[in-house]
Amino acid sequence: MKMIKIMIIVTMAMMMGTAKSAMGNIVDQTCKQTPDYTLCLSLLNSDPRSSSADVVGLGLILVDKIKALGTETIGQINVAYKTKPMLKRELDECNLRYKTIVEADVHTAIIAIKGNPKFAESAVVDAGIEASICQGGFPEGQSPLTDSTQKMVKICDVTRAIVRMLL
Amino acid sequence: MASSDALLPISAREEDPLLSDVSRSDRNAETHRSRRPVKGLLAVSFGLLFIAFYVALIATHDGSRRSNDPKLESNETSTSTSRAHLAGVSEKSNGQLLKLSGVRNAVAFAWNNSVLSWQRTAFHFQPEQNWMNDPNGPLFYKGWYHFFYQYNPNAAVWGDIVWGHAVSKDLIHWVHLPIAMVADQWYDANGVWTGSATFLDDGSIVMLYTGSTDKSVQVQNLAYPEDLNDPLLVKWVKYSGNPVLVPPPDILPKDFRDPTTAWKTSAGKWRITIGSKINKTGISLVYDTTDFKTYEKHDTLLHKVPNTGMWECVDFYPVSKTAVNGLDTSVNGPNVKHIVKASMDDTRFDHYAVGTYFDSNGTWIPDDPTIDVGMSASLRYDYGKFYASKTFYDQNKGRRILWSWIGESDSEAADVQKGWSSLQGIPRTVVLDTKTGKNLVQWPVEEIESLRLSSKQFDMEVGPGSVVPVDVDTATQLDIEAEFEIKKEFLDKILGDASVAAEAEEFSCQKSGGSTVRGALGPFGFSVLADKSLSEQTPVYFYVAKGKDSKLKTFFCTDTSRSTFANDVVKPIYGSSVPVLRGEKLTMRILVDHSIVEGFAQGGRTCITSRVYPTKAIYGAAKLFVFNNAIDATVTASFKVWQMNSAFIHPYSEEVVRAISST
Repeated sequence: MKMIKIMIIVTMAMMMGTAKSAMGNIVDQTCKQTPDYTLCLSLLNSDPRSSSADVVGLGLILVDKIKALGTETIGQINVAYKTKPMLKRELDECNLRYKTIVEADVHTAIIAIKGNPKFAESAVVDAGIEASICQGGFPEGQSPLTDSTQKMVKICDVTRAIVRMLL
Repeated sequence: MASSDALLPISAREEDPLLSDVSRSDRNAETHRSRRPVKGLLAVSFGLLFIAFYVALIATHDGSRRSNDPKLESNETSTSTSRAHLAGVSEKSNGQLLKLSGVRNAVAFAWNNSVLSWQRTAFHFQPEQNWMNDPNGPLFYKGWYHFFYQYNPNAAVWGDIVWGHAVSKDLIHWVHLPIAMVADQWYDANGVWTGSATFLDDGSIVMLYTGSTDKSVQVQNLAYPEDLNDPLLVKWVKYSGNPVLVPPPDILPKDFRDPTTAWKTSAGKWRITIGSKINKTGISLVYDTTDFKTYEKHDTLLHKVPNTGMWECVDFYPVSKTAVNGLDTSVNGPNVKHIVKASMDDTRFDHYAVGTYFDSNGTWIPDDPTIDVGMSASLRYDYGKFYASKTFYDQNKGRRILWSWIGESDSEAADVQKGWSSLQGIPRTVVLDTKTGKNLVQWPVEEIESLRLSSKQFDMEVGPGSVVPVDVDTATQLDIEAEFEIKKEFLDKILGDASVAAEAEEFSCQKSGGSTVRGALGPFGFSVLADKSLSEQTPVYFYVAKGKDSKLKTFFCTDTSRSTFANDVVKPIYGSSVPVLRGEKLTMRILVDHSIVEGFAQGGRTCITSRVYPTKAIYGAAKLFVFNNAIDATVTASFKVWQMNSAFIHPYSEEVVRAISST
């Protein structure tokens, strides 16, 4: 009986060990297949859900990051209306573009990742385009959103690579 | 993950009541004997499990080591990127855009309602608003052509998918009807996805479609018209026993969708095929049925092609080797070839191949395995924006007709602002090219000619390096049929001149720089949706390239790179080679309808659909030009241009439906 108990404990330990190393490997293996391994790791590891997520789950975590960054950027746009009122026209365009990211692209990506990933790929690619267009509207050196925009484009690139793994 | 409970196969029988009559010593002996084998069994089970987990641990580490192998990794990456490049870049690429926005004179174009509303088409099928994608279940019944489609009733982006519905007498003038099927069951709660119609022997209709269940599993469901006496087939009923098919054991739950129209086997059963994948091999599964409710899955596949990824919207149908009419899906025989077509999820291209079907075991092999379905060099219905296509047999006129989803190439911000997204291509007849025997030929259905209004005929010589305005009033709704010929003296000169290098091997529409790059024998064609100063224009053209051994190779391209100043739009150069047989002139047909341009070369041997979004070349400012950018050669052009009427697609209203029900 004691023998059995010991065997049960040892086996369960092995099970958990295998499971954990298998899961940890998913984040690593997935990020290796994206254009920015370091960024991918830092984005995913910053979210506790990544330790037990499959590739779909990892994709959803990154879409959440897109949403969060997009929302943050809209906040920056609102601030910029007051600090840089001469850029109103460009800020209006960015407002429209980032609203599209946060409302349309993110929403489509979330439902499509779970069922028909090619639509999620288009949505994520579009999010990167919207960010680029917003940035491109400012005269050289005058954009208050350069950091956020560049970050958004990079996150979208990484997210796209992960969504493509689901095709 | 197995729980430890499951590991205990037998509970040790400490006190078996059946043994209560046996003497105590006997009982002890019995239980003692029964305890030892149980213990041994447990020990063995645990031992096996221990080994299994150890192996699993090694396997996972092996997995990560494998992906660390740089050679393997770079091979995989280079295959996928080179596939994307060969295929013409999968849609909107951030890389393309970043380069553009880095250029300081590329100001973001702020879309306004006037420019956006111009983009709506006059004679292409589209719902009144919101998002559309795949064509579904097209059929002809009791005098009406029916068209169903993936539709989002709530937004101009994909989601909340239901089946939209419309009817027409002529495939051109449509009346919108109420939504045919909504996501109201657990088995299609996450989407009423693509499907196909089959006519049964008694003339009734069954519809098979994919449902995405409440758990996002892809299953196949059966539906049928509620009332076959209603020629408009407004109401549909879902079979109470749905789903009729669930993903088989070796198929992942999200790799099982888009059932085809069924065809009759020689054994008298119905047979369907459903696209899927196993790892990266695209496959098509086969099922037989007599009642569309229960199915037998074949162990063999209809076909498979490695490295093509998931096969969506598979289509399978016969074509005549000799005649130019369509064939019912169940036709088979010695004068018949079979087409297998699939939409490639990885690249968003539709590919097809011509081959032979073996009814005895439900398999198919291509005539030319080097251009098998989905390979980068395999044939495509259309080399532009064209996906999820589906054919049906039109028993009314004996034709096989092709529908296709034409998505947008602009940004979602613009789609949301204009309130709609996507079109269907003009329905095309599809037949085997009886002259080459190796490819299909497509042509817009003849009913479109009923939209032709006034026309003008032109015959001219177009010298090298010239762009000639074509005087046709407005140029946003046009049907152009043209014939081109390179003057023989130039052909002979170029072919005979050894210093003119052969370029046919290297040339491709996508990579050779577009319509401004001048060659010996091209490019020449039309520039549509161009403004007076040609600051925006969309050239649709031939490029004739000198090949080895005095051969010529002809390419047909559409260059959207300068179609608009807007830089949130994808602007690819599309196209492919087109077979030109001895004695044939170069012929081209172009349909221009606001933001869509459809080009057909050599009677439809090579077709290109493009979406364009000019900001200046719109309304009255849109013009038509004919051009010849060849360095030396003169071209004769003979063409006719028709103004096209609107199809006046009717929004849904109860009065209209009542009125047309009685016709």
